[in-house]
Amino acid sequence: MSEFLLTVAALVVVTVAIGLLRVLRGPGDADRIMAVQLLGTGGIAALLLAGSATGEAGRVDVALILALLAAFASIAFTKAPSG
Amino acid sequence: MSGLLDLWTVVAVSGGAFFFLAGTVGLLRFPDVLTRLHALTKADNLGLGLVVLGLLPRAEGLQGAVKLLSVWLLVMLSGATVSQLIARVAGRESPPA
Amino acid sequence: MTPASLLDLGIGAVALALAAFAGAARSSFAAIVGFVALGLLLALAWLRLGAPDVALTEVAIGGGLTGLLLIGAERRLRARAMAEASDPVSTRVRVAAAVLSAGVAAGLAAAVLSLPIPAPTLGPAALRELPRTGLDNPVTAALIAFRAFDTLAEKVVLLLALVGVWSLAPDREWGGRPGQRYPLDADGVLAFLVRLLVPVGVVFGGYILWVSAGAPGGAFQGGAILATMWLAARMAGLTDAPRLCASRVRWALAAGPLVFFAAGLAGPLVAGGFLAWPVGFEKPVIVAIEIPLMLSIAAVLGLLLAGPAQRDGAR
Repeated sequence: MSEFLLTVAALVVVTVAIGLLRVLRGPGDADRIMAVQLLGTGGIAALLLAGSATGEAGRVDVALILALLAAFASIAFTKAPSG
Repeated sequence: MSGLLDLWTVVAVSGGAFFFLAGTVGLLRFPDVLTRLHALTKADNLGLGLVVLGLLPRAEGLQGAVKLLSVWLLVMLSGATVSQLIARVAGRESPPA
Repeated sequence: MTPASLLDLGIGAVALALAAFAGAARSSFAAIVGFVALGLLLALAWLRLGAPDVALTEVAIGGGLTGLLLIGAERRLRARAMAEASDPVSTRVRVAAAVLSAGVAAGLAAAVLSLPIPAPTLGPAALRELPRTGLDNPVTAALIAFRAFDTLAEKVVLLLALVGVWSLAPDREWGGRPGQRYPLDADGVLAFLVRLLVPVGVVFGGYILWVSAGAPGGAFQGGAILATMWLAARMAGLTDAPRLCASRVRWALAAGPLVFFAAGLAGPLVAGGFLAWPVGFEKPVIVAIEIPLMLSIAAVLGLLLAGPAQRDGAR
């Protein structure tokens, strides 16, 4: 089971990586801000899967803080007018 | 019983992974910012939800399960609202014709 | 290749790619987004390396606060660049900078790779003494019991940095409010989200401090979360920065280090040395110190990001 969960976690990371390739290219800042969202959601999924596989302590807390702060980072970026 | 729970975990987590993949395919294939935003917010959030549901049987007690669910709720809430803000940035950059 | 190493390889590869992107991006905005995304990914890496406390700090600082700091810096630099004539950096300087950076990176890599395996560490000694501190989290024990002096000194360094930032204020604005006043759209999406999330964040910050006795967490991470919540409330226009000459601001900043220092001074009287904690009372003493400490950390980090005073000066 833990092998399966780790494999899915790796898969999610690869998916996020491919998405990042597209999203960081732009054009436009809205695309780039989505990189934070993508990494937030994907990162949380990979974190929960990997943590559940190895039974590490505190993984859900890190996932919670990641959820909270990815949201605020995105907010900060949308509030930044760019030229 | 534990075999059934394991089956649930495998099915739900696989479904979650599928939706993550679908979200990335959307990111790659959709033609403009707003549709890409759609793909990202909806598919990835659903993928995360399925992953959370799949990991629930493995959570540490009631507190662990509640924490897992609150992660999902938090991501859904912030995803829904932040995507509105991102869409505004997109609208500022390329005003709809 | 096991799934675990596949996962770790994937994380490492994406981290390198993001770092390269952040360095090579054309627009500063893209570079900053890439940098923050890298920070969020590194949290996953820290967890895989078995350091959940560092993962929490990486997200709290790298995700929220550093991103905000860089955006503010970029905005100020951009305003200045528009006023001054541009002065492009010559290719020679660029090449020299690249060579220097590569040299530093190579030196670091050589140093890390040349460490003996297993690397010298105080870990086992710390774990051995852990029961005497009344705590279960070795990181917290190191921060507040074994190396309390370092932690106290760090807080003072943070205060000094803040004074440095404040000194950048123009004379007539000294003691005024830092940063701009953000407009409030009371029915807007942002205000709604912030109103919902800030209470969650505040509770979570307190929770992270409370569990740090036995689980990953700590006063610093909790304080960083609280600071981010305050900055978010400012960005939504729901609150304004206080005037920096206000006494409550000064007290909030000083309370943590003062309490810490006072407790440390009481050490020689009750426990045998500066910053020694009385046997049997470690847990209550540590909690009593960490709560004002977290509030001071939150105040310092929030104000560091708010910047020097810009309006409503005292003079």
